[in-house]
Amino acid sequence: MKILVCISHVPDTTSRINFIDNNTRLDTNGVQFIIGPYDDYALARAIELKESNPGTTVTVLNVGPAETEPTIRKALAIGADDAIRINAEPTDSFFVASQIAEHAKGYDLILMGRESIDYNSGVVHAMVGDLLGLPSVSPVMKLDIEGTKVKMTREIEGGKEQVEASMPLVAGCQEPIAEWKIPNMRGIMSAKTKPLKVVEPISVTASIALSNFELPAPKGAVKMIPADAVADLVAKLKNEAKVL
Amino acid sequence: MLRLLYWARLMRPRCNNWVNMVHQKVLHAADAKLEKGVIQAYASVITKAMADENAEILVLANSSLATPVAAKVAVKTGASFASNVTELPDTTAGFKVKRSIYTGKAFCWQELKNTKKVIAIKKNAAEITEGGGNATVTPYQVALTDADFNTTILSTEKATGDVLLPEAEIVVSGGRGMKGPEHWGILEELAKTLGAATGCSKPVSDMNWRPHHEHVGQTGIKVAPQLYIAVGISGAIQHLAGVNSSKCIVVINKDPEAPFFKAADYGIVGDAFDVVPKLTAAIKAAL
Repeated sequence: MKILVCISHVPDTTSRINFIDNNTRLDTNGVQFIIGPYDDYALARAIELKESNPGTTVTVLNVGPAETEPTIRKALAIGADDAIRINAEPTDSFFVASQIAEHAKGYDLILMGRESIDYNSGVVHAMVGDLLGLPSVSPVMKLDIEGTKVKMTREIEGGKEQVEASMPLVAGCQEPIAEWKIPNMRGIMSAKTKPLKVVEPISVTASIALSNFELPAPKGAVKMIPADAVADLVAKLKNEAKVL
Repeated sequence: MLRLLYWARLMRPRCNNWVNMVHQKVLHAADAKLEKGVIQAYASVITKAMADENAEILVLANSSLATPVAAKVAVKTGASFASNVTELPDTTAGFKVKRSIYTGKAFCWQELKNTKKVIAIKKNAAEITEGGGNATVTPYQVALTDADFNTTILSTEKATGDVLLPEAEIVVSGGRGMKGPEHWGILEELAKTLGAATGCSKPVSDMNWRPHHEHVGQTGIKVAPQLYIAVGISGAIQHLAGVNSSKCIVVINKDPEAPFFKAADYGIVGDAFDVVPKLTAAIKAAL
């Protein structure tokens, strides 16, 4: 079985977000980049499937410039066999999906996170599925292979759905599909020599243009209310905040 | 028998007012095969409807069903696509939309350049109002093929009777400060009184005190209610990312140094087991 895991290279979840150049660029100063947390779940499940299905290979793919390579190497250290970096800025969902689709043919399972935590569109898996004519399912909390079929649990509003589809297929993953894996020393050493192929992007006409970024309006100061004056809080929620 | 009115299911009533128009026509695709909500089939129906109606813009509300449907329609029709849209488009120069990004930590304005556009609105980004429309309902037939049913929904489990967290107007959330799942009764009572949904922090969901679908935060559910009441949650940046679109935040915590107070509108320093029942009683008295 051949598994492709698409990973994003995103600011750590604890990052404070600021912008520079007239709010047109992320200020990366002091920001640590990681494998997207949802992509990390996809990778962990792929490694589990590799361990339980002999002969399985796991390839990681990232659409990004050269600075994403340490993130890709981390995925190799976690247990992927080889990697592809498509040398382009991941500008929008359709652009990224088009690049992935170009390299995703021939894989039985194409896994990724339910969404990247930078742009949060949450649709690359659906678009890749559509571009390749494959089923796509997201967000997947459980994924098991039974012959040529894949059984999945998909989270829906206030509950879940059991879904079945045939391979090849695309899945957007989230917890608790697998536990995140932490690379060990042997993994880190072997990752340095695992193949990382760099390819140029295909040409895609941009359908979206970024105008500018914006930060949320700052919050006013908190109004503290004594613990024995909850009626006062209720009055404020009703008359001042007007939310009751 | 449940009939699937796809506009009704996908385009929630809030959209009408939000795009400042009441739709003139409702297409009713009443194919029994559509009842289960297979994403590919919905995408095919809507793609065909856009072509038949010469529609340039498709508006949907973000959900586990509508977001992937929207993405597939965008691919099939060659449309520019944006999800998590939080405001009315700015059409003064081009067609610009404001999107929530970095999990609620920021926004971006982007121009949708293609003639066709598909936008999915972030939950609770627009108020629900009823516009007295007089649309005609037209039965709508689309010949669906096996390829439209490339996934099979075997079963669905849904909590019944509860207010759905992602769409709730009021959310009552508990954290580690609740000390154990057996103490959730006071939060549930408060939530019931307010007609609110219940949520929780990541540690609470990780420890299985509460189900995963109640986890509010950067890697869980992002909420945008009118009122968010956080009890015993310290306010890690990942949790704040999931709640900072709330209109009003109330924080109850016994630790006066809890970082959540800095992100709150109202705060009470006190013991949850003392404050929450009193708050429930005060709300019952006031409403």
